[in-house]
Amino acid sequence: MEIIETLLNGMSIGSTYAMIALGYTMVYGIAKMLNFAHGDVIMVGGYMLFITMASALSNPIIGLIFAVVVCMILGITIEKIAYKPLRGASPLAVLITAIGVSYLLQSTAQMIFGSAPKMVILLDLGNIEFGGLKVPVYTLITLGCSVVIMLVLSLFVKYTKTGRAMIAVSEDKGAAQLMGINVNGIITITFAIGSALAAFAGFFMLLKSPSLSNTLGAMPGIKAFTAAVIGGIGSIPGAMLGGLLMGVVEAISFKIPVIAPYTDAIEFLILIVILLVRPSGILGRKRREKV
Amino acid sequence: MALLEVKDLEVYYGVINALKGVSFEVNEGEIVTLIGANGAGKTTTMQSIIGLIPARHGTVIYDGNDISKMPCHKIVNLGMSQVPEGRRVFQELTVYENLVMGAYLRKQDNEFKADIERIYERFPRLAERKNQIAGTLSGGEQQMLAMGRALMSKPKLLMLDEPSMGLSPLLVDQVFDIIKDINKDGTTILLVEQNAGKSLAISDRAYVLETGAIVLSGTGEELSQSEKVKEAYLGG
Repeated sequence: MEIIETLLNGMSIGSTYAMIALGYTMVYGIAKMLNFAHGDVIMVGGYMLFITMASALSNPIIGLIFAVVVCMILGITIEKIAYKPLRGASPLAVLITAIGVSYLLQSTAQMIFGSAPKMVILLDLGNIEFGGLKVPVYTLITLGCSVVIMLVLSLFVKYTKTGRAMIAVSEDKGAAQLMGINVNGIITITFAIGSALAAFAGFFMLLKSPSLSNTLGAMPGIKAFTAAVIGGIGSIPGAMLGGLLMGVVEAISFKIPVIAPYTDAIEFLILIVILLVRPSGILGRKRREKV
Repeated sequence: MALLEVKDLEVYYGVINALKGVSFEVNEGEIVTLIGANGAGKTTTMQSIIGLIPARHGTVIYDGNDISKMPCHKIVNLGMSQVPEGRRVFQELTVYENLVMGAYLRKQDNEFKADIERIYERFPRLAERKNQIAGTLSGGEQQMLAMGRALMSKPKLLMLDEPSMGLSPLLVDQVFDIIKDINKDGTTILLVEQNAGKSLAISDRAYVLETGAIVLSGTGEELSQSEKVKEAYLGG
């Protein structure tokens, strides 16, 4: 029984990582850049939830919608102001800019909200018990929502015109432009989707543990990035798989007292092993070098 | 009036001056070829016209519109289409999905379906392989697919960049026959080729590009008789 509880917990942590990893991997696939400010968009989403809960509305669903909208606008704005002018610049310049944006967001949040953690109680759902299993309800909500979101996203990419354009841009930007695809528009949409997913991730994280500070997104961001690389950066199913894998490993590791303190190290160790055995990640393809 | 008019086109890659003021025109209904050696600037010219590479100076007038500063997707929307060098079909999509991508700016109506059928008629191999992943096609089939994909946007001007590159002699002949056919059906063609003999034979007019500048121009026949062209591009 305990193993099932642990696995469910792991999958819910993992689906939160997957939400974030999808943002990293889609932006990488389309814009060929690592958006290291992505984790901090989660944190901004968290503060939007905080604002809503502290207001007269005090409704978690309204808070989630508010967070999603603000994060989408934020993601698009970051891309327009910070990354778009650097299109065609060296990857290192873009990477440093992304790290700069990350610190900018963290410091701004600290200036506005202070450095003391805030408590954001979204819903107190308690546990659900059946057949000897005791599962926190937030686990099921997180898992259920994530599955739906990932399904919708997969269908969107495969069957809509915009989704196909995203595949085309990620494979060959020049050829995509020759089809009449507005690449800048596709990049904007990608940032919007990734940031919306980050807002959901923030919601799930605060559902699990209500403490909010300006570094809320930092560690999960790095772990989700690791998950994206493990799954194969640029691959949407890879990000989902990598995220789930990380979450399950984390939950199991927490349950084993001897290795529990080293959980983070174990997760990054998996990254190293995967990169040694399969440098393109589990589901990643080797990119052909074009002449 | 010319369908495409290129005036004084200058392109730089960093400090390297790749095009040094290229001027030429393509009239409606013509097949026009740019021939030139590797590195002469043929692909740069093609990509700059359609907005993939920015030009530093010069103007490009297409169908009465100044497209010099226009982004690629808007130029494509004006009825210009390009088969890029190296074909660049979408490797992970099927043959059919590639053709659909070619019609990205169009509605998927009955006319669209009829056009897909027409492409399958012109390229029977694509019909046989319509559900196959494009990355698994042979080079010749990928060239056919790239051409079919470019035609799906119903262009007035079709530009082809080295369509015969890397193909067997038999396939090369086939590709040139198809280009002639497409032109007969009313599409204006701008062709870039290293295979000067074959391309001059089907061209109304041609230009010779050398290190970023046009050095010679004339009808296809004139150029294939020219001593200079014979020596440099037709193997003496």
